[in-house]
Amino acid sequence: MQSSTYSTEPELRSGNISGLRRDFAAAERRQKTGSLLLLLPLLLFTIVFFATPITGLLFRAVHSPEYASFFPNSTEHLQSSGSFNERFYETLFLDIRSSDEARTSGRVARRLNQDQSGFITMVKRAVRASRSAPEDITSYQSWFLDLDDRWGEPDYQNAIRRAVPKFTDFYLLATLDMKRGETGGFEKSPENQAIFVNVILRTLWISFSVTMICVLLGYPVAWTMANASKKWRNILLLGVLFSFWTSLLVRTAAWVIVLQKEGPVNNALQTLGLIDAPLQLVFNRFGVYVALTHILLPFLIFPLYSVMVGIPKDLMRAAKSLGARPVRAFFSIYVPQTFPGLSAGAILVFVLSIGYYITPALVGGPKDQMLSYFIAFYTNNTINWGLAAALALNLLVVTLVLYSLYQYIIRDKRLRLGGDDV
Amino acid sequence: MTHLKVPTVIAAATVAMALSATASGARDLTVISWGGAYQDAQRDAFFQPYQELTGQTLIDEPYNGELAKIKAMVEVGDVTWDVVQMEAPELENACDEGLLEPIDWSRIGGQDSVIPDAVMGDCGVGTIVWSVIIAYDEDRLGSDGPQNWADFWNVEQWPGKRSLRKTAKLTLEAALMADGVPADEVYQVLATEEGVDRAFAKLDEIKDHIQWFESGAQPPQWLASGDVVVTAAYNGRIASAVEEGRNFASVWDGQLYALDGWAIVNGSPNVDAAYDFIKLATEPENQANLSNKIPYGPTHVDAIPATDEAVQSQLPTNPDNLQNALPIDTLFWIENVEQLNQRFNNWASQ
Repeated sequence: MQSSTYSTEPELRSGNISGLRRDFAAAERRQKTGSLLLLLPLLLFTIVFFATPITGLLFRAVHSPEYASFFPNSTEHLQSSGSFNERFYETLFLDIRSSDEARTSGRVARRLNQDQSGFITMVKRAVRASRSAPEDITSYQSWFLDLDDRWGEPDYQNAIRRAVPKFTDFYLLATLDMKRGETGGFEKSPENQAIFVNVILRTLWISFSVTMICVLLGYPVAWTMANASKKWRNILLLGVLFSFWTSLLVRTAAWVIVLQKEGPVNNALQTLGLIDAPLQLVFNRFGVYVALTHILLPFLIFPLYSVMVGIPKDLMRAAKSLGARPVRAFFSIYVPQTFPGLSAGAILVFVLSIGYYITPALVGGPKDQMLSYFIAFYTNNTINWGLAAALALNLLVVTLVLYSLYQYIIRDKRLRLGGDDV
Repeated sequence: MTHLKVPTVIAAATVAMALSATASGARDLTVISWGGAYQDAQRDAFFQPYQELTGQTLIDEPYNGELAKIKAMVEVGDVTWDVVQMEAPELENACDEGLLEPIDWSRIGGQDSVIPDAVMGDCGVGTIVWSVIIAYDEDRLGSDGPQNWADFWNVEQWPGKRSLRKTAKLTLEAALMADGVPADEVYQVLATEEGVDRAFAKLDEIKDHIQWFESGAQPPQWLASGDVVVTAAYNGRIASAVEEGRNFASVWDGQLYALDGWAIVNGSPNVDAAYDFIKLATEPENQANLSNKIPYGPTHVDAIPATDEAVQSQLPTNPDNLQNALPIDTLFWIENVEQLNQRFNNWASQ
């Protein structure tokens, strides 16, 4: 901006204000276009590889087009009249027939079965029977009920009603252990099916604990690094970097070996006579804490270190010369100055561990699996992508909510990530 | 060669590149199976003979049974797998979802050439009978280790971790058998709400003693390292470990057996080659060859007599091994896998 002011200075002298404005605006436009061009690769990258897939994901979490696309006749009937009368069963019969030819009945059956088990057999049986059905069926309703009573039961009819709309809150509610009842109101899932609220709380708790452990372990390391001689600083830096550069999988697998029943830790403890039988150190929560802390520690140390290096040493000396004891000087003068690095590092660790998948999956037991494990489970094993997307959305929302909470609590602008004018 | 001029070489190289580009458009036949000792045996019995017979390259890769990749491939229309080996319920599910090609049995010798169960819905060609058995290390427990599922549950007599597969399928059946349900009534019991409760109550008894396995290679590893004292395991993996010198015992009482089948991914550009491969892998001498290397049961009617005498006693389909055996109910699991897995995950994660 400064340069443009200078370039228009002669005109300013001549008093041509409107010309000045024009030039000023033009210069600003040029500059804006220039910086926009520079930003373009990043912008494109963000749109193509971040915004688009996330939008697609959000979409899958609420989109369930199976019934409406492949069973159009009964969809139309239910949307117009809404009752399970003879006409409904007639349209259903038509749908079953045409989906048999198009080989799409299985997709509808699976969607219905996600809500209420039993539909896969019911649809399968109906498809087979429809192949040899007589031309003149007098009552389609009794044709279906003869095949399977469940076609007439309210639980099953409600599941059909819930599957008809192309957009649904079925998956999102499921991630909160809820579903819609008969009248459309919310109700809790049966206790033995309710799992996700627990998993979300567990994910948050594990992430919080790991962050705290990282702060406790990382702070002294960063401090030592920042205050050591150049030679020692490099050695320490290399130590942190070395583990940081080692492949994630190698580090995780190494923990399994170190902590296993007949591994070095148990052997050493037994040789020293501290324990009689080997301890269970891996495939439980302890293993998850150890491995996750080890993997995420550098993400805390580096931001903290970079802030600590910039803190003038004179300030501590000044505090002491004014009569503060070393402990007091440390906590009142030094620690507050490290807050920007500390909060950046802690948030990084927390957000990374909230979404961590591979390490808990390898070193944790079933009671230690975090949300990402279930996202992978529903994506890979049961190919229930709607539920997987809803869980992912859930994770995203939880992260965003926590981040805004953090922004709200830390009102000091200097401590905010991406806060204005630091 | 020395007389060739540079432009000629460049032209030749361009042509070669263009050719290889078209060749990669019609890529090699890709076969997906379960990895480990099993896929090694398949390589000897099926993959190598196929390459020798046809002169075509065959690429084989392992997976852990995830349907996601197949679904993604078919949805996107970029199919990179051709033939996949699958468990029966997953195979039928995938078939119903339109992810697999319907099988034309006339191209592979007709349905009469195989045992009836090997006609797996519209899309599957049964290739082996596999079984989950109880196994333990005789070097650690002696020869009188756990002899059935009730013993498997007995943590007083055999303290230590035991390993089960981390799926509702297999685990719930084993729990009911441990609770005294005879094999032929397991699915009647499991079809009721009380039966499911009963299975989970039985699992509660040993919950803290279970170390879950997810890949077939884990149980023999854990038995060998002493991490688990007794385990459920695929019979072939235990037999392979014994072959390698381990002193593992296989307990056939209460074995759970099922078929695995070949399926062709919908939209595969190599359908003809896929049929050629499946035909070759279904021929009795090749199947017998596989069973000799790893004792899973063959599906071709003429294959069992062709296997080695010593191997026959280790096959899941051997009459001695079939006493109190439980055939896994495909239809039951197609229907209930989602709800029971949800409840199973819920139970396991608390």
